[in-house]
Amino acid sequence: MNLAPKYAYYPGCSGQSTSSEYEVSTRAVCRALGLELAEIPDWSCCGSTPAHTVDHVLSAALAARNLVLAKEAGFDTVVTPCPSCLTNLKTAVHRMEDPDFMDKVNKLLDRPFHGGVQVKSVLQVIFEDIGPARLKAMVKKPLSGLRLAPYYGCIMNRPPDVMQFDDPENPISIDKLMEALGAEVAPFPLKVECCGASFGVARKDVVTQLSGKLLQMAETVEAQAFVTACPLCQMNLDLRQGQVNMAAKTKHNLPVFYYTQLIGVALGLAETDLGLDKLIVSPRGILARIGQKQPAAANQ
Amino acid sequence: MQVIKISHSKNTDFMAQVERESGQNLSLCYQCGNCTAGCPYTFVYDIPVSKIMRLLQTGQKDAVLSCHSIWLCATCESCTTRCPNDIDVARIMDVLRHMARREGRVAERTVKVFWDEFLNSVRKHGRAFELGIVASYVGKTGRFWTDMELGPKALLKGKLAFKPHDIKGKQEVAKIFERFKEEYGG
Repeated sequence: MNLAPKYAYYPGCSGQSTSSEYEVSTRAVCRALGLELAEIPDWSCCGSTPAHTVDHVLSAALAARNLVLAKEAGFDTVVTPCPSCLTNLKTAVHRMEDPDFMDKVNKLLDRPFHGGVQVKSVLQVIFEDIGPARLKAMVKKPLSGLRLAPYYGCIMNRPPDVMQFDDPENPISIDKLMEALGAEVAPFPLKVECCGASFGVARKDVVTQLSGKLLQMAETVEAQAFVTACPLCQMNLDLRQGQVNMAAKTKHNLPVFYYTQLIGVALGLAETDLGLDKLIVSPRGILARIGQKQPAAANQ
Repeated sequence: MQVIKISHSKNTDFMAQVERESGQNLSLCYQCGNCTAGCPYTFVYDIPVSKIMRLLQTGQKDAVLSCHSIWLCATCESCTTRCPNDIDVARIMDVLRHMARREGRVAERTVKVFWDEFLNSVRKHGRAFELGIVASYVGKTGRFWTDMELGPKALLKGKLAFKPHDIKGKQEVAKIFERFKEEYGG
């Protein structure tokens, strides 16, 4: 099945560096699922958190430049893997429904935005266009024996009137996709609790406290790894896990996968396309145990 | 307990400005405390978010714009999602940061410098260049030990680009910032 690209793809800045494994695994999984993505030519940064803390018109203009480029390339739907990009692009579209606000934004742009573009996460597209049932039928290597803590982060689904996907308090899309791959999903009560967001550099104490809570809870529910959809959450939990351990005198050693990496593993994609070697906390141990028979006692 | 004499410091212009810029009706807050109960940042806030709402209702401009909380809100949207009266509390927190910036009040300098350096990077390259942002942040704050131990980890994994990804349209992006400055003096 080789369709013409249906979606304009917005990769986001972190995909070029700290979340490069999310970027490569997203592309590999979409290719394998027959979801053709066309990268927005010469896309620019959406402004992320810093822009909306300065001004809402500035923030919307930085996002809107990309929506204009997508529209000019002939697309009416933009997809992005990153929840921070997602919330900026979606909030810009939402606020520009007000013509006065749209005028203010357009005054800052070379080429104006006139609407007609919607924004979705790659997660939403995989969940809605492919769905757990079709995904299950494509699994080559079931993730049996792997118990995961599904962590969505705070803004993938909130606020609900802007994000319009899944439940704002108890989202289930990642849970359902992981179950379709044969993994076991632990009940994780902090699915949408904030990890400390972008305060890692300026206020490390905030991140070690909040991410520490998440790591502790994952161990309490006996998860062997996190599965997440957000580059910032992944970085705080994985790259900063050592800082959390240092601050809280804990010994957490939990791998933090992107959901796309695990879909890729289950579909039997090449490891080099999934960037598993980029994870800081090594996933080798638990990946090696996938699909192995449970101890004799468990089989009886 | 801090006591505020509201008759002395009530600023009705400020109240009207917050309502206009946020598009929210401040009088809808009946102090249920749901925003504070769900806020993951209360532990580092000097004023909990429900109390900020109450201070806004009584026009306490100085107390609100000089607090630390508005710089430590991560816009996680818990408050907005859970408000029983549909007040977009996170948007109000954003607007308070805008006002504090315009008035040159910054209670959390390191947070502001990090955000500013991020935007400087976008203005310069069209995209965020992470290594450059951290380098200029360290230069501005003098915090040379910030995340020193993370650098080698990320570099060994090939997770930090050494060079910025300048885009062809970087002038277009720079112009967004220039026009913003002309229009709003930002």
